[in-house]
Amino acid sequence: MAHDAAHAHDAGDHGGHHGHPTGIMRWLTTTNHKDIGSLYLWFAGIMFLVAGSMALIIRAELFQPGLQVVNPDFFNQMTTLHGLIMVFGVIMPAWAGFANWQIPLMIGAPDMAFPRMNNWGFWVLPVAGALLIISLFMPGGGVAGGWTMYPPLFIQGGISYDMTIFAVHILGASSIMGSINIITTILNMRAPGMTLMKMPLFVWTWLITAYLLIATVPVLAGAVTMLLTDRNFDTHFFNAAGGGDPVMFQHIFWFFGHPEVYILILPAFGVVSQIIPTFARKPLFGYASMVYATASIAILSFIVWAHHMFTVGMPAAAQLFFMYSTMLIAVPTGVKVFNWVATMWKGSMTFETPMLFSVAFVCLFTIGGFSGLVCAMTPVDIQIHDTYYVVAHFHYVLVSGALFAIIAGVYYWLPKWTGHMYDEKLGKWHFWLSTISMNITFFPMHFLGLAGMPRRYADYALQFAEFNAIASVGAFIFGASQLIFLWVILKAIRGGNKATDQVWEGAEGLEWTVPSPAPYHTFETAPVVK
Amino acid sequence: MRNDNPILLKKLWIVALGMFGFGFAMVPFYQKICEVTGINSGDTQVLAKNTQVDTSRKITLEFDANVDANLPWKFTPVQRSIEMHPGEMVQVLYEVENKTGHDITGQAIPSYGPQLASQYVKKIECFCFTGQTLKAHEKRQMPVMLVMDPSLPRDVNTVTLSYTFFVKPGSDKAASASAGKVDRRG
Repeated sequence: MAHDAAHAHDAGDHGGHHGHPTGIMRWLTTTNHKDIGSLYLWFAGIMFLVAGSMALIIRAELFQPGLQVVNPDFFNQMTTLHGLIMVFGVIMPAWAGFANWQIPLMIGAPDMAFPRMNNWGFWVLPVAGALLIISLFMPGGGVAGGWTMYPPLFIQGGISYDMTIFAVHILGASSIMGSINIITTILNMRAPGMTLMKMPLFVWTWLITAYLLIATVPVLAGAVTMLLTDRNFDTHFFNAAGGGDPVMFQHIFWFFGHPEVYILILPAFGVVSQIIPTFARKPLFGYASMVYATASIAILSFIVWAHHMFTVGMPAAAQLFFMYSTMLIAVPTGVKVFNWVATMWKGSMTFETPMLFSVAFVCLFTIGGFSGLVCAMTPVDIQIHDTYYVVAHFHYVLVSGALFAIIAGVYYWLPKWTGHMYDEKLGKWHFWLSTISMNITFFPMHFLGLAGMPRRYADYALQFAEFNAIASVGAFIFGASQLIFLWVILKAIRGGNKATDQVWEGAEGLEWTVPSPAPYHTFETAPVVK
Repeated sequence: MRNDNPILLKKLWIVALGMFGFGFAMVPFYQKICEVTGINSGDTQVLAKNTQVDTSRKITLEFDANVDANLPWKFTPVQRSIEMHPGEMVQVLYEVENKTGHDITGQAIPSYGPQLASQYVKKIECFCFTGQTLKAHEKRQMPVMLVMDPSLPRDVNTVTLSYTFFVKPGSDKAASASAGKVDRRG
């Protein structure tokens, strides 16, 4: 690894491109944080279209009661892969892309700490993505046991289940390599004067996220390894007939799974905390409390996992503990929402597309947070467990939460990445279509869940027909409006109004001091932060 | 500054590997928690626990065993007496041995002291429900599972359960017939 660091140092010293491979080899062998950031973001974008198409197949089938479009087994494969790919193939790689592009720029470092490991961390991802997609065409079809991979279903399936387990191993290894790189970069490579409490909040949230990843992704790797040995090597971790316990998988999985949802959302908090001060033209309200709130959310995330499994039959004392600890998380989250609103209070606000998505994030994420509080109540959760209420809840925090923050971040930094301003008019169309259709899709799911519609079924009782039809119409509008997003990005890459170095009037931070587009090598001499 | 990177890299990999091990350590940890707290043990005795146990008093249950003079068996209770709460399910053992060289079927008949206890002793399983066939020189332990009805009058604090084995009527012929068959083949 010393070699990696030396290599980066050499590249930094020479600053040239002599002997640099071109074409596909340039991308395969690149160790440049900006190249790798772009690769991560393109991978996430492509997987977003793949997993989004799967969601549209689901919504097409659910448009009317009865079976019209696909058979139930394929429907289950779609729900499973939609979940797996959206979590591991879209949101996580997208945040890794932001981290690669922005963290060195924001802390004044020339590159990531371990550029060659960075290259590996990305290039194993397409292998995992391909394994997941190819598994659909295997004998017996793709995985259909749900993205949570619960046994006994996951022990019983065909070859595609082994492929999925292997893909999860690869995705986990990629995340761990990325996290180690990010932590080392942030802790060891900040510009002189950039103390921890001067770091931009996006860097702070990613530092905490990276620690969460290192602590939990290996636990997931352990859990799927146990599934693998149960399937192929005659162990009985989860096989009741051999003395194992399927409920134990749920405990191990959610010990990873709950911190995982904060892995998906904490960088979103960071991005929104960069964007809102820029367009409110005020410094972030309560910077220190934001840092402490992020840290306390991360710590609390380790002691709430069993709220995902209130119905497995826990003692009342355990249910009470997990109910109260879950509700406690609302306190630091509330601090954050309060700080964002207070930042906007009496600010000179303008509403460019990144700001629109960020404001929508604050409003809609809060709806998802409140429905999470409803789910946290044990007696209520026993009613709505595995219903569409839960589906509505986690889509509000992941679509209008994590995804909206990703979109906001892309609009915010796109001029810095490409050197061109994006088409503001198309951006506004994208925003309004996405926000309205997102609510049309997911808001009715609250009602469906409260009325008792279970998730993960290809068919439903007649009384659920109207709300499902509305949700399906919203889903197709949402899917189509993401093509506008793709068009806006391609248009900005190919040309457009030249962006200034600062890009946004109220923007502050080291990344706005380098030219637009950001040169291939930046901060070869460390800037001094006062 | 740069030289610190490999050190941090090693530390972070150790954390990651440690957490991989922690995932597996959760397996015995989880089983231990279930064992200590009694959750999820799958033990039907725990799950189907009798809530009617009257723990306010104890009954001494004594065991007695007799054999009819025509039956050459040895018959003894394994335990002389036990203490139990009314409503509690208990299991006791009797031992029986055929001292002859041929098969015999016997039938045990219970009796109770005091007599009124007979309606309060609820047997779930008893060797006295059917005839017992013992092969030549066979020795065997036989269980009785019973519950004392909690409505047993309060002034009764000792109950004696007595069994007497008799030759089962009509079984002698069958036993000798089957023995004869074996003889012919031999």
